[in-house]
Amino acid sequence: MKIAVCVSQVPDTTTKVKIGSDGKTIDPAGVTYIINPYDEFAVEAALQLKEKQSGETIVISVGKDSNKEAIKKSFAMGIEKGILVKTDAELDSYAVARNLADVLKEINPDIILFGKQSIDYDDSQVGQITAELLGIPSISVVVGMTVESGKITCEREIEGGKEVVESTLPVSVTAQRGLNNPRYPNLKGIMAAKSRPIEERQPTYTENKTEILSMKLPKSKPKGKIVGEDVSAVPELVRLLREEAKVI
Amino acid sequence: MAKILAFIESRDNKLKNSGYETASTAVRLGNELGAEVEALMIGSSVSGIASELGSYGIKKVLLAEEPKFEKYSTTAYSKIVADVCRMQAADVLIISATAMGKDMAPPLSAKLEAGLVSDCTEIRTVGGNIIATRPVYAGKALIDVKVSSAIKIFALRPNVFKPVKVDGITSAIEKVNTGISDEDFIVQVKEVVVSDEKQDVTEANIVVSGGRGLKGPENFHLVEDLAKVLGGAAGASRAIVDAGWRPHSEQVGQTGKTVSPSLYIAIGISGAIQHLAGMSSSKCIVAINKDKDAPIFQIADYGIVGDALEIVPALTEEFKKVLSN
Repeated sequence: MKIAVCVSQVPDTTTKVKIGSDGKTIDPAGVTYIINPYDEFAVEAALQLKEKQSGETIVISVGKDSNKEAIKKSFAMGIEKGILVKTDAELDSYAVARNLADVLKEINPDIILFGKQSIDYDDSQVGQITAELLGIPSISVVVGMTVESGKITCEREIEGGKEVVESTLPVSVTAQRGLNNPRYPNLKGIMAAKSRPIEERQPTYTENKTEILSMKLPKSKPKGKIVGEDVSAVPELVRLLREEAKVI
Repeated sequence: MAKILAFIESRDNKLKNSGYETASTAVRLGNELGAEVEALMIGSSVSGIASELGSYGIKKVLLAEEPKFEKYSTTAYSKIVADVCRMQAADVLIISATAMGKDMAPPLSAKLEAGLVSDCTEIRTVGGNIIATRPVYAGKALIDVKVSSAIKIFALRPNVFKPVKVDGITSAIEKVNTGISDEDFIVQVKEVVVSDEKQDVTEANIVVSGGRGLKGPENFHLVEDLAKVLGGAAGASRAIVDAGWRPHSEQVGQTGKTVSPSLYIAIGISGAIQHLAGMSSSKCIVAINKDKDAPIFQIADYGIVGDALEIVPALTEEFKKVLSN
């Protein structure tokens, strides 16, 4: 079985966002970059599949040279091969998906795994667009997955519950928190990852369909009211919510 | 701009709130752009509810109604929407960013070679162009986005856009012949498991969330009791989800769910930046925390500094009292 995982590199969740000088992206100064947290669930799912069914694993990323860190993290966890489609351009989800689809067409995997969204632009698009461009089905926001005799059954999150979804292979799956517990790379894995080669490719598509006009910080709120310091403040809080904020 | 198509979601042959929001927003954009607006519904028995859309200004509803459309299928539904979009020569598609909408919009982007703006929280027209605002970095920043492709797709975050009732419009209903065959159901929903009728935090108008300040999972019922009295949903901080007190489906924050209810009550949550990212767009925020320097008080509209275990039961009782009057 051929298993592909697509990963991206994003600012850590503790990042305090500052707007960059172009007014359209964040200021990268002082920002720590990590593999997209949802992609770790995808990497873990790939490794578990390989361990159960045997096969080969490959990780692909589209972006800057620094995305190699996300690929290396995947190597350290146990992924065997890596490809970086290297570009400094700010590509939108459709363009990233086109580049991924062009690489994946050659590899022809049975399963392609993605994180359900990257926590920078929060688009939740790349996995499913890639699948559609490849002409294969996609199952998104998956919290449970079994693959058996050419068929996949997934549990995916919906509002207030779960859907049990079935599909044939090849298929694309986007991983949600809860699918598994990503393993920590061991020392051997980390050492091996250092010397493992990453194949670099040129982007095949660089045209965006969406254009970011500006980025701004949300309006800061005026400082709120501390109603009190113990239980005696409760009736006043309830009154304020009803009469001042009018939300109850 | 010639035509706007609004995909109106239903589940179990009922319209969802987000459906009215989508309809009203499409109608408003249509008025601003001088564009025709049509709605599309898919389901097994939705003609009854389709006519309700007239009250929100929709003059024409296209209906893909067949028994096999009872359950959602990514492949079948996205094919229908793409086909109708082409057939009607629509150049703007408005959809809800619900679980279904988020699943269906990206395949539509690929099928229609259309730029897609996910999770819009504002949408306006400037000189005949649509500009959408959406949160990025889980709400730590906002971007204004324009779409340059011929067909443009905007997915609207639920619970943000206001449904607006309009008098004197009856929607004409037109059945669509979809030509969908069994092969189009490659991805098929076999079963929908509803988690004990609880409201999802993303859909609730009031969310009550608990964190470490509850001291142990055995006290989480205080959060649930308060949520129940207020008719809201219970949420959780990442700390207590990581600690295994609560399922990840309840987690609010950057790696959990992003919510924007009318009222958000944070109980024993200090307000780590990744949590604030997921809830700071709530209209009114109440914080109950024993640490007066907790970051949550920086964004709260109202706060009580104190022990959650004492204050929350009193708050639940007080709400019970005033709401029963």
